[in-house]
Amino acid sequence: MTMTRRDLISGGGKLLLLASAAATWAELTGAEPAGDAYRVADHWWGMLVDIDKCIGCGNCVRGCSNENHVPAGFFRTWVERYEISVDSPTTAQPHVESPEGAINGFPPSTNENVKSFFVPKLCNHCADSPCVQVCPVGATFVSPDGVVLVDQNYCLGCRYCIQACPYGTRFINPETQTADKCTLCYHRITKGLTTACCENCPTGARQLVDFKNPKDPIHAILRESKVQVLKPYMATGAKVYYKSLDGAVR
Amino acid sequence: MRDIFRNAGHLIRPAVVLLAALGLFILGRGIFIPKTFGQYGHYDAASLDRIRQRPISYAGQDACVMCHDDQAKVRASGPHAHVACEACHGPQQAHAGADDPSAHKPVLPDTAVLCKRCHEKDAAKPKSFPQVVSAEHSGGAACNVCHTPHNPLRMKP
Repeated sequence: MTMTRRDLISGGGKLLLLASAAATWAELTGAEPAGDAYRVADHWWGMLVDIDKCIGCGNCVRGCSNENHVPAGFFRTWVERYEISVDSPTTAQPHVESPEGAINGFPPSTNENVKSFFVPKLCNHCADSPCVQVCPVGATFVSPDGVVLVDQNYCLGCRYCIQACPYGTRFINPETQTADKCTLCYHRITKGLTTACCENCPTGARQLVDFKNPKDPIHAILRESKVQVLKPYMATGAKVYYKSLDGAVR
Repeated sequence: MRDIFRNAGHLIRPAVVLLAALGLFILGRGIFIPKTFGQYGHYDAASLDRIRQRPISYAGQDACVMCHDDQAKVRASGPHAHVACEACHGPQQAHAGADDPSAHKPVLPDTAVLCKRCHEKDAAKPKSFPQVVSAEHSGGAACNVCHTPHNPLRMKP
């Protein structure tokens, strides 16, 4: 049997149609990934930071660094020490410092003529996150349980998200050349452990929060205490709540 | 009428080419885009599992107390009751997760450095938090010379 050009083209076309139909079918029916004890739909993670309890020891920064192997000089969480003039508390620029992210704590301050306190900072795991909105390739996203994560396989390292984050919590990891940030210890909280920073906080200033857990103490705290989030006017839906936060904190 | 059917080939041929191109696109998409992409949103849902599989360094409070309940009892009687073991002893998953924990013996922290991180006097610390100027308080000596670290209110004889 001889094959004409007509046979070849019509035969090839039929094959192609069959293959694409099969691919479309697989796309539509796609096998569900195997389930386990952790269900993403049952959680909505966040954090509570109590400024009145923070002693600026830097345990959270060291804990995060050890747990997540954060490259030296970069920080997924850090602590700032604010010093605000008592004479003009609302107009003067506060003095803010965070030596090496406070990974070794702070040199002692003896300045009693200022209002001073510590502010731990980290990714706010925003529900309407600006970093997710600008990612051109779907590498950064809010997980169904409310954690903002980076898919290293998809990240191009374009840095849009780093510019978009109003809280300055992202950086380019010099080893992977991809965007890096706090994962809220996703590998720990999905196993029933708390985050490395909360585990290491000696005063309980940081508390992991699950808003979908009706027994979580956060519900009483939100009802009874004065709390706020950072930069509420940016409408990011930040889920790191600060208790007793001073208005000077940016 | 017959002319329309005769000339229809001019439409059918490009339509077949278009259809083939569309088929190629769907085929390529099926090959290059993971099945889990788009499961929850515009991202690869499998990355959640990849991130979950990262190893832990801190074993967590419960793992420590499982064996060291004697130390936990001392700690529970003092002001360090709510300080997790690894907050001072460092990440211990290598020790707690090992088949033979004694092969990964943790190093004892140096109290001359460790205690000061929390208890050195700083104007920014909450006033109710116990603080000392270590140079005046002990002259830089290690804190565990006098204090029992697990319950610092209990003094050594």
